[in-house]
Amino acid sequence: MTTTTGSREPVVAVRDLTKRYGDRTAVAGVSFDIEYGETFALLGPNGAGKSTTIEILEGYRRRTGGEARVLGVDPGRGGVDWKARLGIVLQSSAEAGSVPVREQLAHFASFYPRPRNVDATLEAVGLTEAARTRVRALSGGQRRRLDVALGIVGRPELLFLDEPTTGFDPEARRRFWDLIRSLKAEGTTILLTTHYLDEAAELSDRAAVIVGGRLVDIGRIDTIGSPADRIPVVRWQDADGRHEERTEQPGCLVARIVADGGEPTGLEVVRPSLEDVYLGLIGQHTLEEQLA
Amino acid sequence: MTTIETAAPVPARPRLGRVLALGVERARYEVRSYFRAGDAVFFTFLFPTVIFLIFAAAFSASGTVGGDRHGHGGISIAAYYLPGLVASGIVLSGVQNLGIDIAGERSDGTLKRLGGSPLPVGSYFLGKVGMVLVTAIAQLVLLLAVAHFAFAVALPGTPALWGRFAWIFLLSVLMSVVLGIGISGLPRSGRSASAVIVPILLVLQFISGVYFNFGDLPDWLKSIAGIFPLKWVAQGMRSVFLPDSFAAAEQTGTWDLGTAALMIGGWAVVGLVIALATFRWVRKDR
Repeated sequence: MTTTTGSREPVVAVRDLTKRYGDRTAVAGVSFDIEYGETFALLGPNGAGKSTTIEILEGYRRRTGGEARVLGVDPGRGGVDWKARLGIVLQSSAEAGSVPVREQLAHFASFYPRPRNVDATLEAVGLTEAARTRVRALSGGQRRRLDVALGIVGRPELLFLDEPTTGFDPEARRRFWDLIRSLKAEGTTILLTTHYLDEAAELSDRAAVIVGGRLVDIGRIDTIGSPADRIPVVRWQDADGRHEERTEQPGCLVARIVADGGEPTGLEVVRPSLEDVYLGLIGQHTLEEQLA
Repeated sequence: MTTIETAAPVPARPRLGRVLALGVERARYEVRSYFRAGDAVFFTFLFPTVIFLIFAAAFSASGTVGGDRHGHGGISIAAYYLPGLVASGIVLSGVQNLGIDIAGERSDGTLKRLGGSPLPVGSYFLGKVGMVLVTAIAQLVLLLAVAHFAFAVALPGTPALWGRFAWIFLLSVLMSVVLGIGISGLPRSGRSASAVIVPILLVLQFISGVYFNFGDLPDWLKSIAGIFPLKWVAQGMRSVFLPDSFAAAEQTGTWDLGTAALMIGGWAVVGLVIALATFRWVRKDR
């Protein structure tokens, strides 16, 4: 069962995935593949269908149309051997308050055929100090790190991370990113949803953007969005006030500004971040939807 | 769209040994969690003993029950109430507490997380059986100790009676657990679980002879109670803890243990079928 790593079959394969609730369509024909060892980010505004898609792939929800294969298995029919190869970090929950952290993790580790060392896992998520703390006494960020620990303790081949760093302080996020990089280095395939686009840019190889249940773009992080959205912006100030110009040749523009009026104040050349590109994409598709 | 070629391998059923081993691990975890939740222990664990103390103290001056015309050979009110409270302790631990507990686990995300892990459903069920068995035994020991040492209630004197007690107890625990798992799907949320489940059990306790003398109930009410399992658990426990002369007060004039076994066993089967058919890790998607 655990030999798919050798084959080049995608770890996740989704074709025309659809989910309807009555006459409301939550996911309207989404298709993508995630290759072995890849970190794939699913981006989109709240209610776009990200969580529905990920929960179908985790086996929690039934699709109403299309096809899906996760580790070669239909996620609607996956048994415990299939689940043993997955790691799931759900959006936050509030259970098992009275159980100490280490005991909770050791208990979950016992479900898996070849779990990670419990103390090493606690160390990796930075909860060694809190090992004896009861779950309910953890801070929001510590609680989230325990969720991550529970998701990785079974040594998953495929890890689902649904908004994993919500409530983390900047240092904890950096540590978390390091942890994800080390899991990646071990060959773990990761499906990530996040609201932090710097996180997606930092961690993922490829991303897909979902708006209104539809996939509006998919590709490497640096190719997401229309070329127009990625045109750099040059900003500067002179006697006439502030200026801003988008251009494919920012170097030439800067040279011209200097030639015309000498050294400008507040000169900036900004390449749109994933966030700018993403917001451009969302805005454009939301507008199209409203017009349609 | 291209289709995905790979056929899904049929997932293997979990091996029995693994289901049992993880069931034991779950039971250990559940028992520890149970006793860590302080308020739950106070209200549910001590309940039968507290009720027993109230009855025994309230009626301590009313003499004996079931004696001859001169008041000889009867038993104290405390002794008379004991079997009913033993029975309701088992059924409350299983059906009521477990039903509310699982409904809560469904809404706080416990079941969702377990459902995403390779824990077999059978191990989860076994863990609940283990937890209810351990807590029901502890509850029983406390109740019997208080009855015996504080109120001088005589405990069964022969191995045969203890043997009878053992099978009624074990069968009742098993039945209560599967009914508890089954009933947990009834409330629509963890918050409404107590409001939905407690009244059902309260009515059953009143009509099954836990708080009233069963013999005093009208026949039609006895017949209704006879459909449900608590009446039979209570009757079985009366056969263990009360003198044989009390059998005359039962509906058929005998302890009728054969029917009790059939009814408790039958409800265990019904409960198991309901539990297997309706249990979901997560609430069904609309």
